[in-house]
Amino acid sequence: MALAKITSVTGRAVNVPGNDIDTDRIIPARFMKCVTFDGLGEFLFNDVRKQLDGTLKEHPLNEARFTGATILLSGANFGCGSSREHAPQAIAKYGFKAVIAENFAEIFFGNSTTLGMPCVTASREDIAKIADAVNANPQSEVVIDLVKLEVRFAGQSVKIAQRESARDSLVNGRWDAIGELIDGKTDVQSTAGKLAYMSA
Amino acid sequence: MAKSLFQKVWDSHSVRKLANGQTQLLIGTHLIHEVTSPQAFGMLRDLGLKVAYPHRTFATVDHIVPTDQFVEPYADPLAQAMMDELRKNCADNNVTFFDRASGKQGVVHIVGPEQGITQPGTTIACGDSHTSTHGAFGAIAFGIGTSQVRDVLATQTMALGALKVRRIEVSGKLPPGVYAKDVILHIIRQLGVNGGTGFAYEYAGSTIDGFSMEERMTVCNMSIEGGARVGYVNPDETTFAYLKGRPYSPTGAAWDAAVANWKSYASDAGAVYDDVVKLDAASIAPTVTWGINPAQGISILENIPSPETATSADDKAGIIEALEYMKLPAGAPIKGTKIDVAFLGSCTNGRLSDFQEVAKFVKGRKVAPGVKAIAVPGSQIVALQCEKLGIDKILADAGFEWRAAGCSMCLAMNPDKLVGDQLCASSSNRNFKGRQGSTTGRTVLMSPVMVAAAAVTGYIADAREVFSVANN
Repeated sequence: MALAKITSVTGRAVNVPGNDIDTDRIIPARFMKCVTFDGLGEFLFNDVRKQLDGTLKEHPLNEARFTGATILLSGANFGCGSSREHAPQAIAKYGFKAVIAENFAEIFFGNSTTLGMPCVTASREDIAKIADAVNANPQSEVVIDLVKLEVRFAGQSVKIAQRESARDSLVNGRWDAIGELIDGKTDVQSTAGKLAYMSA
Repeated sequence: MAKSLFQKVWDSHSVRKLANGQTQLLIGTHLIHEVTSPQAFGMLRDLGLKVAYPHRTFATVDHIVPTDQFVEPYADPLAQAMMDELRKNCADNNVTFFDRASGKQGVVHIVGPEQGITQPGTTIACGDSHTSTHGAFGAIAFGIGTSQVRDVLATQTMALGALKVRRIEVSGKLPPGVYAKDVILHIIRQLGVNGGTGFAYEYAGSTIDGFSMEERMTVCNMSIEGGARVGYVNPDETTFAYLKGRPYSPTGAAWDAAVANWKSYASDAGAVYDDVVKLDAASIAPTVTWGINPAQGISILENIPSPETATSADDKAGIIEALEYMKLPAGAPIKGTKIDVAFLGSCTNGRLSDFQEVAKFVKGRKVAPGVKAIAVPGSQIVALQCEKLGIDKILADAGFEWRAAGCSMCLAMNPDKLVGDQLCASSSNRNFKGRQGSTTGRTVLMSPVMVAAAAVTGYIADAREVFSVANN
């Protein structure tokens, strides 16, 4: 299974500010009544974007000038709460290719990486600089460089960080571990063979 | 070298190092349910694979089951489709399915321990963040996403980086009317909603040692609400006594061997931790949340925070956002806040001892007029145990609706939902915006006995006063 080597993500960005944006907010549970992930993008941030009757609330994703953005900016502890992969799936299906936040909840981070959607961290001040630039000019091109670990935008550049195992997986095209896990079959059998409960 | 339980389990389940530096970790027990598994089975089919270790994979249905409808097809066709999908996937792959017809169905984190599937020194994964519950037995239990469910189905392993370990010692005697739920709400409040990111929490100390398995499960269950993916308690005689005689527990000579093995997994006396936190049980009071994440909690005696008392700009923004959503007055006592709904149940507090404790206090009392109160056993077995003891009758006489086993109003993927901006006194684990099924619904987390006190008074109340619990 050849996977793309994701060394950078280039696109326009949109800022969805706030800390502790949880997975219930990213994709409310009622939209998880499905047996495929198709169509989840439509319901991204549903309850903060839409009234019950479907009319739009004030939200960055509802602003026409940010249509087509592929990089999501946010605050601290992004993706906290449930382990639902429906959350990164909804973000990806909506059209985002990467998320920049102050930090991420653990399970969300892992789920996103496995989908090949890089999650990188930057300081609050630096995220604010990127947000200011894209708010001033939504057409600004933002480049997340996973090799140099920096984000370039509007003639500026800021440092980013990413857990090394995730960065390695993305830039080397092994972000979905399934192939490697399958290859370990003999070692798995040997490890399982040493544990009494595995034969129970 | 002295090791923690986490390190020992990690070492014995490590298969090999992967190219990116992560570990391929053997997952001994895989628990699946209807919400996060169908896509994983779909991916498995796309890969042309079957479940690698079907005898180590166990399924039940919990999130979507209606608690007031027993006969299929369910009124909600989407729920029925998920049910059908799980049933078919289990049959196609020879996976044991604790279906409703088995009499063993329930919330996955209640079923595993109840069946004796959850055992010390093992690794467990489930596509649900409250999988940390199983850590109560000295297992290392991970909540995972659907792609990882696929990985475990296909290989019985997943790729992971090791976690740091923080030992949280709670010592001393809890005051009367203070429960395991208060302990974990207090811990999360102290360490923050993301204070546990990158850590496994080892809960220890005389308070935790003295807890029953059900109390330990309540504590471990909410580890993720403090950002910790894993939480555990070292196995001891309480653990072994709970497991003895369960359907999946070893028997005869195998039991003795298992107990000896389980004991060997407990953290060594000299184990080194990445962090140690010490808390005094005597200082913990009945705790309730006032905001929109589980760390936004206060004792029942405190006032709702106001933006002026914020400790940082972030804290201030958080308070403003939470109070606006919760429609609560800044600086006022939380006690006396009117409630609309009382919910007893969930993987946090849906076990026999939770209902027993509530029944003890609500016997002969009535739910306040205008309050909708529901009691939802965590499993069919819990329901049966309660019914044998007459607990269902006591609760029903008091005005609670006694329902069938499921996740119910904890996350509202089933018909049990808040309506409009109803405020719910809830024994569940999350108070996120919209969590209980209404986009403006409000959740106040608390212990089951505090839910009972709110139910009978109609207000958030101090259960110790309502039920005349002696405060020494």
